[in-house]
Amino acid sequence: MSYPDVLFYVFAALAAVSALVVVFARNVVYAAFSLLFTFLGVAGIYVLLHADFLAVAQIMIYIGGILVLLIFGVMLTTRVTNVDLPGGVLKTMPATIVSGILLGTLLRLVTRASWFVEPELPSPEGTTAAIGDRLVTTHLLPFEVAGILLLVTIMGAALIARTNGRRRDA
Amino acid sequence: MDAVGVLIALLKIVVLFAVVLLTVAELVYFERKISAWIQNRIGPNRVGPAGLLQPYADVLKLLMKEDVVPAAANRFLHALAPVVSISIALAALAVVPIAGSPVTLFGRSVIPVIADIDVGVLYILALSSMGVYGLTIGGWASNNKYSLLGGLRSSAQMISYELSMGLSLIGVVMITGSLRLDEIVRHQAGWMWNIVLQPIGFVTFLIAAFAETNRLPFDLPEAEHELVGGYHTEYSSFKFALFYLAEYANMITASAVIATLYLGGWQVPGLSRLGLSTGAEIAMQIGAFLAKTAAMLFFFQWVRWSIPRFRYDQLMNLGWKVMFPAALANIVLTALVLLFVE
Repeated sequence: MSYPDVLFYVFAALAAVSALVVVFARNVVYAAFSLLFTFLGVAGIYVLLHADFLAVAQIMIYIGGILVLLIFGVMLTTRVTNVDLPGGVLKTMPATIVSGILLGTLLRLVTRASWFVEPELPSPEGTTAAIGDRLVTTHLLPFEVAGILLLVTIMGAALIARTNGRRRDA
Repeated sequence: MDAVGVLIALLKIVVLFAVVLLTVAELVYFERKISAWIQNRIGPNRVGPAGLLQPYADVLKLLMKEDVVPAAANRFLHALAPVVSISIALAALAVVPIAGSPVTLFGRSVIPVIADIDVGVLYILALSSMGVYGLTIGGWASNNKYSLLGGLRSSAQMISYELSMGLSLIGVVMITGSLRLDEIVRHQAGWMWNIVLQPIGFVTFLIAAFAETNRLPFDLPEAEHELVGGYHTEYSSFKFALFYLAEYANMITASAVIATLYLGGWQVPGLSRLGLSTGAEIAMQIGAFLAKTAAMLFFFQWVRWSIPRFRYDQLMNLGWKVMFPAALANIVLTALVLLFVE
């Protein structure tokens, strides 16, 4: 087994094991912290695939942004920090159906995909410039639409955060 | 990567570790000395010549203390938090270049940086945004109200200041046209440092760096008059030492990054005109980089002992209502200037 192979299994195991902890943890804070290691493992796999920009963006957005807010929310909400997640029958049925469909789709994708195995891929000189070019040429419309969506979200969040139109502090 | 390559990478990492850890020790000494000078005192002067060995005595003291873990704490996460803090603080230094040209070691040319990656700027931002986890995990795992509030405050503070930090960097990236730190430094040849080209960006980045490292005047996560010890209230012995170490390592990282991005990194104006040999040039460059980093470190400590702590709402107001618009305005301004210049 070569050096990148070992690293791949380390990152894959990190992502898979921590993802299992996310699913099976009864404590919601554990689940949130475990998600951190899932994201890290996935970022590591991106690095091994020479997708350096994607890896760093993954860390910045998912770990540095989304997960921080998630943990923030979990910790600030009283009585959530130490409460076990309820797992009743009512929730099990719909969850099973949804996960079943998802599992089927993923299995289909995994089995039908033509796995491209090229042991000596020439390592590209970074992907950042190429991604930037594509974003403002070929994929300009989706890029702008995503930007507008985010803008609307920010405005909505600002509206919700204001209590009855009055400023909270000052 | 072959065995020698791995060995060289490991060697660089070990050297970095050793340098940072030794610097941290002396930083603590200088922190106390500078505070003493500013407050018209003498400061530590008993252990070793001029008190220079004081930090080692302190470390020894911390090592011999009992490691107290609160009964209701989460033992695993309680132990994990300081480790996360220190690892992230050190990892960010991996992309900072310390000299201009490769040196020859074991018969092969070795680049003067641990990882010369294409997205260096983003890597630094990503790691600085991860710095919050150590404090948050520690605050939560201690099962103490003060610790939890300290951890939460640090999350809120870092989220707020990360934005201005990232946005102020966009100006630098626009001027250089690259996210690679090596190219950013090369672009600052002569006196064309980014502090000259990007004065607004420099100020916003500097303030954001203070907030990210939890230094005064932004050390609210551990404001002792409101939060006892903040996130490390329940930490003692070596775990506390690790948190302490992480705080100073963060400061070193921030200083090195500021020196690289805004103060020209290893650039020495007019060095090529001196006609030195390559070896001497590299030595000068490393020296310049270290001197700039040291100057920034001194600035960090100078500010700490000169400016009082902000109130929490002031901190948030500054972050969102002053820094954020200023950083955005800087991007527009830089874009306009670039448009007219080119």
